[in-house]
Amino acid sequence: MADPLLEIEALTKRFGGVIASDAISLGVPRGELHAIIGPNGAGKTTLIGQLAGEIASDAGCIRFEGRDVTALSVDRRSQLGLARSFQITSLFLDFTALDNVALAVQAHAGHSFRFWRDARREAELRTPARAALARVGLAAREDVIVSNLSHGEHRQLEIAMALATTPRMLLLDEPMAGMGPDESARMVKTLRELKRGLTILLIEHDMEAVFALADRITVLVYGRIIASGSPEAIRANAEVRQAYLGEQEDGHG
Amino acid sequence: MTAALTPRNAVIVVLMLLLAAVPVYAAVTANTFLVTLFTRVIILGMAATSLNLILGYGGMVSFGHAVYLGIGGYAVGILAQEGASSGFLQWPVAILVSALFALLVGALSLRTRGVYFIMITLAFAQLVYYFGVGLDRYGADDGLTIRTRSQFAGLLNLSDRAQFYYLCLALLVVTIYLIARLVNSRFGMVIQGARSNDRRMRAIGFATFRYRLTAFVIAGAICGLAGALLANHTGFISPATMHWTRSGDLIVMVVLGGMGSAFGPLIGAVALLSLEEALPVLIRVMASPLFGDAALRMAEYWQIVLGPLFLLVVLFARGGIDGLLAGARRG
Amino acid sequence: MLLFIEQCLNGLQFGLLLFLLAAGLTLVFGIMDLVNLAHGSLYMLGAYFAATFAAWTDSFVLGALLALGATLLVGMVLEVVALRRLYGRDHLDHVLGTFGLILFFNELVRLIWGPAGMSLSLPMWLISPVEILPGLFYPTYRIAIILTALLVALFLYILVMRTRLGMLVRAGASNREMTGALGVNINLLYTLVFGLGAALAGLAGLMQAPILTVQIGMGENILILAFVVIIIGGIGSIRGAFIAAVLVGLIDTIGRAFLPDLLRLVLSSRGASTVAPALSSMLIYLLMAIVLVLRPEGLFPVSSK
Repeated sequence: MADPLLEIEALTKRFGGVIASDAISLGVPRGELHAIIGPNGAGKTTLIGQLAGEIASDAGCIRFEGRDVTALSVDRRSQLGLARSFQITSLFLDFTALDNVALAVQAHAGHSFRFWRDARREAELRTPARAALARVGLAAREDVIVSNLSHGEHRQLEIAMALATTPRMLLLDEPMAGMGPDESARMVKTLRELKRGLTILLIEHDMEAVFALADRITVLVYGRIIASGSPEAIRANAEVRQAYLGEQEDGHG
Repeated sequence: MTAALTPRNAVIVVLMLLLAAVPVYAAVTANTFLVTLFTRVIILGMAATSLNLILGYGGMVSFGHAVYLGIGGYAVGILAQEGASSGFLQWPVAILVSALFALLVGALSLRTRGVYFIMITLAFAQLVYYFGVGLDRYGADDGLTIRTRSQFAGLLNLSDRAQFYYLCLALLVVTIYLIARLVNSRFGMVIQGARSNDRRMRAIGFATFRYRLTAFVIAGAICGLAGALLANHTGFISPATMHWTRSGDLIVMVVLGGMGSAFGPLIGAVALLSLEEALPVLIRVMASPLFGDAALRMAEYWQIVLGPLFLLVVLFARGGIDGLLAGARRG
Repeated sequence: MLLFIEQCLNGLQFGLLLFLLAAGLTLVFGIMDLVNLAHGSLYMLGAYFAATFAAWTDSFVLGALLALGATLLVGMVLEVVALRRLYGRDHLDHVLGTFGLILFFNELVRLIWGPAGMSLSLPMWLISPVEILPGLFYPTYRIAIILTALLVALFLYILVMRTRLGMLVRAGASNREMTGALGVNINLLYTLVFGLGAALAGLAGLMQAPILTVQIGMGENILILAFVVIIIGGIGSIRGAFIAAVLVGLIDTIGRAFLPDLLRLVLSSRGASTVAPALSSMLIYLLMAIVLVLRPEGLFPVSSK
């Protein structure tokens, strides 16, 4: 493909004797929503960890916008436009929802060696933060302390924070984890709106959502890619059905 | 910062008024001890407030903060011994050396987290303590007597108890105000965010290390100034000021008074020093009817109460006195 | 040369004592995720108990055994009454709470035993030196310490490597569910583990008692060294604690013994005798600083916590 936004080349990660990522190679073009699916233990979160910069790969290369980011720190990658949401909610629990998102805005609004002005009164920070909250449907909850929000609202907040960093690409790790059917539907709607203008790498278990949103799907099993292609191709792939989709039909894997 | 008339704000206002009135009251009742006692409270309150920046707001549990009291004090003492008694030289040196040392310690320690960080700051405190013990020329273990207070070319006379008191009070108020502004600024948001969830901070793009280090240096510098004040106050400086248990005392003040609140550390300093004075009396008074003369001896061991009291505060009143005053406290 | 060997043995002995202390700390931290600053107080209690019981029973060994039991008991009571409420809380809370306990124990000891401190004398058979090498006489007592500590280290090794409990320590697990899954009564387990840690601290204290004076606050100074050992060795790692402790013991002892002479080669005699004591004390902390720069997780870190 011509000039992918994100290019992963032979990415490998071992934990002791276990191969979590087995020479994974993948390219995500600009504007695509690429879903990664696979049974538990397939190494999906390890993959995101390496893409985000929290886990150091043993071998392989990650290129973002043509630039080799394999050795860059987590915060440097964020500054380059690669944003990530966490599978297990990771927020600033003792702050309000607005404070949380405003911090994400602040991280990309120049340096923070400003010691005097009250940051909570800075329109430069608060206005984009409110916009991000509105985009995920949390505008009404902006002054609620995050520990008092519901689990579904936490997941939405995760997305809002990722958005507030004005990213070029989103790495979403199971954004719908633990959500009921209503909340999931709302999240799918949100993600569909986000698709315009953003490239997204989505890890999900919720098959309905995956097939509704994805432009392409990659299937990961035991750290290896066993199939990658359009949703129809994946649905029809026998190996994939056996390894994964079959499980899903019996109940949650 | 809201200015509603809550119980907590009322207490703070009353406290500040009382503190301002101390020298006046002391002059009227010819009780100089009161001024001496409260000067110490104010200086330690300033040190505790500086610790609060990194401990209460930043979540960095430094068990070596008293080191800066020592560095500031020794800056004054050593320069005075060598003939340089000008405050215009001593105090900037105290602040600068404290800041540099904080930079060094912070650069090494802040790469670590949690329990590691606590232990490391403890160890560095001991390092400086032993260094102080080895300073033969400046009194070593016995300490250094400071015969002349810092001179300010006639602008201020630090030997005048009331003048010195009000200088300390002014510096305390300025410190509290500056830190209150700091923690609500962009910088403060980073520090608080890093305390709340450092992993998240880095994920959204903050290189948190440089900000936490800066906070560490600021806290150290302010405490160094407090150290210069303390040395002037007691006319004496020794390595004992830097012992890690002194750092523990500062931590007690911050936690007891209320971590992460502007006036908490001052309240804690007042509370702790009041306990020091009042608990023995209280024990004596309460125990006398039951134990007679033995009550006098029991009063000597008032610290036995302090330990468990502190544990109880940690377990059940985590927000400290300020937290209790403010009602429900988040986190 | 003989002097050097003697100092090495002294360093080994000191290091092994540090290991006992550090092992107790790391054990409690590894299983219950509890940071216990009052560990040094248990060390102090071990020494005080030993001095008292030895005086009552007129027997060092009997006094030592009673002291061990008493410290074990105090440790378990402490865990049940106070410390178990700290489980699951922030480490800061542990530090603050146990700091309060340090204050408490120091005052309690002062109340019961007075401010003056105590001494513990050894029976004849432990004082008389043994000729371990031609021309080198070494105190029997110190050899006894080395042997006892090595035996305890062996016991801990077996415990950590060969039992399910040890598996928890090695995995760095502080997970109640996982512990429960092993089919154990958690409350009892935690109390016993804490008791074991307390006993280790008490043992170190009572063994050190005849060599140094028994006094209030003796726990704090050595506690910090135990922390340094853990930092250098890596938190949660008993093997790391062992190696680091012996290293720290050797460096500290040999440093103190030979640093003045080494410095005299470089500085004037007066300069050397001024700088040497302070520098010797600082040596260990400088070592820690160097390790931190080169390997922040310690020399033998357990997989990330």
